[in-house]
Order: sequence, then C-alpha cells, then structure tokens
Amino acid sequence: MSAAVVFEPNGKFELPNTHRRLIAYTIYVGLVALAFGVTNGLAQALNYAHIDIFKYYPGMRTYYQGLTAHGVFNAIIFTFAFANGFVSLALSRALNRPLSTALLHAAFWSLAVGTVLTAGSIFSGKSSVLYTFYAPLQAHWTFYLGLALVVISTWITSVNLFVSLHRWRKEHPGERVPLMAFMAVVTYIFWDISSLGVGTEDVFLLLPWSLGLLPGAAPMLSRTLFWYTGHPIVYYWLLPVYISWYTMIPRQVGGALFSDAIARIAFLLFLCILPVGMHHQYVDPELSHGIKFVTAVLTFALFMPSLLTAFSVMYALEIGGRRAGGRGLLGWFFKLPWSDPSVTAQILAMLTFLPGGITGLMNASYNMNLEIHNTSFVPGHFHLTVGSAVALSIMGICYWLVPFLEGKRLWGRKLAIAQAYFYFVGVLIFARGLISGGLAGMPRRTAISLIPYAEPAGWRLAGILTGIGGALMFIGGALFFVVMAMTVLFGEKQTVADIPFAETIEEPLREGWQPSLDRLAYWTALSLLLVVVMYGPFLATHLPPKFVAQPFQAF
Amino acid sequence: MAVYEKIFAAISAAVLVLLLIAVGYAAIGLGINLPSHREVIPVKPGQNLASAVLETPPFNTPGLRQIAKNKYEAVVIASAWSFLPSEFDLPAGAEVTFRVTSADVTHGFFIPGTRVNTMVIPGQISVITYRFDKPGTYLLICHEYCGLLHHTMAGKVVVK
Repeated sequence: MSAAVVFEPNGKFELPNTHRRLIAYTIYVGLVALAFGVTNGLAQALNYAHIDIFKYYPGMRTYYQGLTAHGVFNAIIFTFAFANGFVSLALSRALNRPLSTALLHAAFWSLAVGTVLTAGSIFSGKSSVLYTFYAPLQAHWTFYLGLALVVISTWITSVNLFVSLHRWRKEHPGERVPLMAFMAVVTYIFWDISSLGVGTEDVFLLLPWSLGLLPGAAPMLSRTLFWYTGHPIVYYWLLPVYISWYTMIPRQVGGALFSDAIARIAFLLFLCILPVGMHHQYVDPELSHGIKFVTAVLTFALFMPSLLTAFSVMYALEIGGRRAGGRGLLGWFFKLPWSDPSVTAQILAMLTFLPGGITGLMNASYNMNLEIHNTSFVPGHFHLTVGSAVALSIMGICYWLVPFLEGKRLWGRKLAIAQAYFYFVGVLIFARGLISGGLAGMPRRTAISLIPYAEPAGWRLAGILTGIGGALMFIGGALFFVVMAMTVLFGEKQTVADIPFAETIEEPLREGWQPSLDRLAYWTALSLLLVVVMYGPFLATHLPPKFVAQPFQAF
Repeated sequence: MAVYEKIFAAISAAVLVLLLIAVGYAAIGLGINLPSHREVIPVKPGQNLASAVLETPPFNTPGLRQIAKNKYEAVVIASAWSFLPSEFDLPAGAEVTFRVTSADVTHGFFIPGTRVNTMVIPGQISVITYRFDKPGTYLLICHEYCGLLHHTMAGKVVVK
C-alpha cells in the first residue's frame, strides 16, 4: 500500500491569495538578508587570503562589523524567514486547509520590523558583537530588540501551525497526521523549546542591560543560555530542508519515500535529544568533565537521525533513478533528473552534507576539541552544513517555490544549474581551506589580513584556498539572485497548481505502535525532561544572576 | 527492505559507539582531557571586575614562576587586547600550568600545535597544564572575538 505525505492528495488545493503574498514576502525578507550576507561573505573569505576589501564596502568599516552582518543576516534572518514561510506553506498544503491570516500578518511584520531594527544597528557600527553577542560585549539596544522581534515571529508562526493542526485533528478524528504536517509541527515544537535559551537571554538579560536597567552582565550564564539555543538552532535551519528531502524530493526525482514510520522517528529523535549545546563549551573552565562527556554522548546520539535520513533519502533517490532506467550499483545516480535545477541544487547540497557531518562529529568528539576549538576548522565545518547543505538546498527549493508563489515560469534554468555547480565546487574548496587552516591553528573570527605576527606554516595555502572557494561561492550566490530577480520581475505567466509532494511505500498504520508517534504532547514532555536534567544543575548555581562584568563597546 | 533499514541503523549506532569509546579511552587512558576548573574571581557588589582581578591572588602578581624542578606556573591576565605577560621563556621539558583570567570580556587562550586551548571568561579562572618537550617558538593567540583589535592579541612561548 502506498499513501501520500499530505491529506487529500487529489483534492483541490487552493492557497488563498493573502497567504500566497505573505508567504512570498516573508521568504523575500530572507532572500534580501541573504544577499547582504553573501556580499559580506565574499569579503570574509578574501580576508583569509590577505585581501582586505572592506574599505570599499559602503556602510561597512571593519572586518568584525562585516562578520556580524554576515552571521546575523545569513544564519538568523535568512534561515528564520525561509522556515517561517516554507513550513507554513507545507503545513497548509499537508492539511489542505488555510492558516490564520491574522497570524501570518503578525509573523511577517514582527520579522520585517525586527530585521530593519537589527540591520540598522549593525550598519550604524554600534553593534559589532557578532551573531553570538557574548556579553559583556554590548550592542545598541535596537540590536537586541530587533532580534527579539525576529524570534517572536517564529513563535507566532508556531501558534499558527499548532492551532491549525489542532483544528484539523478535531475535524478528522482517528486520522493519522499527514507526514508533511507532522514534520512541520515537530520542527516548530523543537525550535520553541530550543529558542527558550536565547529568548530568555535576549529579553531578560541583554535588552534591559543595554538600556541601563541592570547593574552588569553575567557572562557565563549568558553564553550558556546562548549555546543552549546555539546548537539546536542548526537543526531549526536543517529540518525545513529535511521536509523537502523527505517529502518533496522523492516526487521531484520520480521516486518514493520508503518508510513513513522511520521518517517520523528521525524527527522525534531530534526533538527528544535537544540539549546538546554544551559541546560548544567544551573548553569553558567551569563545566565539569562529566557534563561535557554526557553532552558528547548525546551529540553522537543526535547523529543517528541524520544517518537515518541519509538512508531514507538515498533510497528514495535510488527508486527514482531505477524507475528512470538506471542499472547497476550506481547507474541510477546518473539517471536522476539533473536537468531540473531544483533537484540538482539539492542533490549537490546533500553531497556536501557528508563531509559536513563527519567534521561535525569531529567537533563533537570531546577532547579532539582541544585541537580545533575556535579555529577556522569550525566555520569550515558549518559552511558544509548550514552554508551549503541548508543554503544550497533552500536555493534549490526556491527554484520551484518562487515560481509557485508568483505564478511564473522559472527564468534561466540553465543558469540556475550552473549556479548550483559554482556554489558546490566553491564551498568544497573554501571548506578545504578553512579546515586545513584550522588544523594548523588558524583562528576563526579573526581579521587574518591584519595580523601583526608572522603566519605559521599552513596558513597561507589555507587562506588562498578559502579566498578562491569563497569567490566561487559568491559567483554562485550572485547567479541565484539574478535568476530569482528575473523570475519575479520578468518571468512568463504560468499557473502551478500544486507543490511537489511524495508518496510513501510503507504507509502510516492506524493500528499497533505507530499512532503513538503522533502523540506530540508526550514527546514534547520527554524533550523538556532531558532539558531539565542537562541544564537544571547549571541554572541552580547561576540563578539569580551574578552581574560581574561591565559593558564593553570598543569595536 | 525493513531488514536493510535495521542493518543500516545497527551499523550506524555501532560506529558511533566505537568512536565514543575511542574518545573515552583518549580521555581516561591517555589522559588527554578537557579543561575543567571551578574557581571564580570574587567580585564585591559595585566593584569593577578589573580591580577585583588585580586584588585576587595570584593575579595581583602576574608572571611566570618556577614551582619545582621542571614545573612552572604562569599567571596571566587577558584584557583587550593583550596578555599580561605575553612572553614565556622555558627550558625544553618544562611543564607549565597556565592560570588565566579576564579583566574585561571573553577571550581565548590558544597555543597552536599544543593542547593549550581554553576560553577565558570574565569572572572565572581557566587552568590548563602542558609539557613543552620540543624546543621552538610557539604562538599564543586570543581566539575569541574581543573587539576592534582582537587580531593583534598575541604572545609567544619560547622553548630552548
């Protein structure tokens, strides 16, 4: 038996025009942020090759101001905006019912106003605190207020998703939640729990402090709250892409998803193994060896759902390739629809996730962190994950999503395919540079083009590769924006009736243990329990906060 | 097919467990462990962190001193944008315990090519011990962003 990942696959799906516009504008806020972020990214990459082009950037005065813009625009605004828009659409289609228009409006305006405030404070030069904003580095209060609004927009989106699912369940008692809706909702439950850390830090510690209402900063508490969110945030970047890989890509390649249950289990594993942020604090003095090792074990456990995903998605691709006539062990791979830019970009993105995942395990490997903590190995790793597995996938998704939302044909299909290859080759060279530099001790978040000491062996080649790779990535990024802008402005009119959604070969069962996968309240409680176990002892010793540090604004 | 899924999941889990065992052996068997130290700088209400650091022994007398044969203690204050002191001369084979704290923002204390890699967080004391067997000049850098001139915050360890 097979079943679709959405409810009423043959029913008429009509996205209300208000939804269509708001979802499109939400995603465009993200794409504009990405354009700023990528432009700064070029200067970051060239910096490693000892080329300082910041002086030519309007509004940007220093490397660190540019790095703040790069991190905030790419890792926060772009990803959050895309998730809000794309996951809302996925849920609406999966349940075949409209969302609350008022909440879509509220989420959009919260995001837009927050983005403008944060961007303004970064461009003013008063908030060059990077996207980790470690107190007692103190940004302008509009930076913290803006980011709070951006996070609030994700919470408003959550409410919209949860209310819609609740109503659908009331209307359809006894039905299994469609897989695409399940993934959409789990993504946002996961993020709501994850965002409590940075939300608390921003609203209760940093914003009042920047307004002069608190006597000082609590650096250890602040950074621990930040990293509590700062690791799970990467899965909030990733899970919307997994929705595409699991429930859309199989259809786009003419394959099918094998198992509904395994897909749900993978998402629930993410939800239930959430508090792993302390692996960013392996070399913090205060935390004990015990909690650090337990964090390592949990982080390794959290690798399991991604391995399950690799299996499911590869198998779905293989089904597609074999249906298209592919033979032998690998012949199916070359029979995939490589002429579809949406597919090409996402498969190339999946390939970069392989070295991305392996380098992530190295970061998580407890004492191996002594070798690589805060070296350029780390950005080398995460440009293979968020910087391509996520970013290049989102570009691939946009190749069908923007035409769907605009009712227009994609402009420049061949250019879009070239774009994906430029980006893919670029990120591999770029990451090779940063990773080798990191192993030779090259620090991250450092204006390498301005260092006063002689470069140790290995940094020069690493820096040059980083610069070359980054320039290729920039070309890939720029081509993406050309294709998007031309599609929106000059694309031929063409109505696309529906979004791509896959079928599962092993359908969701209504009997046995499988329906318990849908009991999200229980899984949420389990997730919160582990959070309390991992973070309760730390909070007990750090609350009430000890405000020991004075604000610092020399940037 | 469900069989293949189970085999794949079992192999995946086994690889992860083996890697964790290797990491655990390196930590306990080989003694390659992460820094962990709970000492803090006592800051009185209303007191400036920098003045609290300068009043707290041993940070009232930063510097390198010998504490036994081939054993040294280096007391270091990190502040934007320098280490005090920033140069350490040592004989080959010297085992040094670095005690580092910050007088202002979060800094890093990193000597590439060694296992000396720790965060320096305001209000806390970082302790890390390493034996310099190979003669040479080692670079010491701050590897956490600490403001406009972060990239200039460096020092060296000269082992003869």
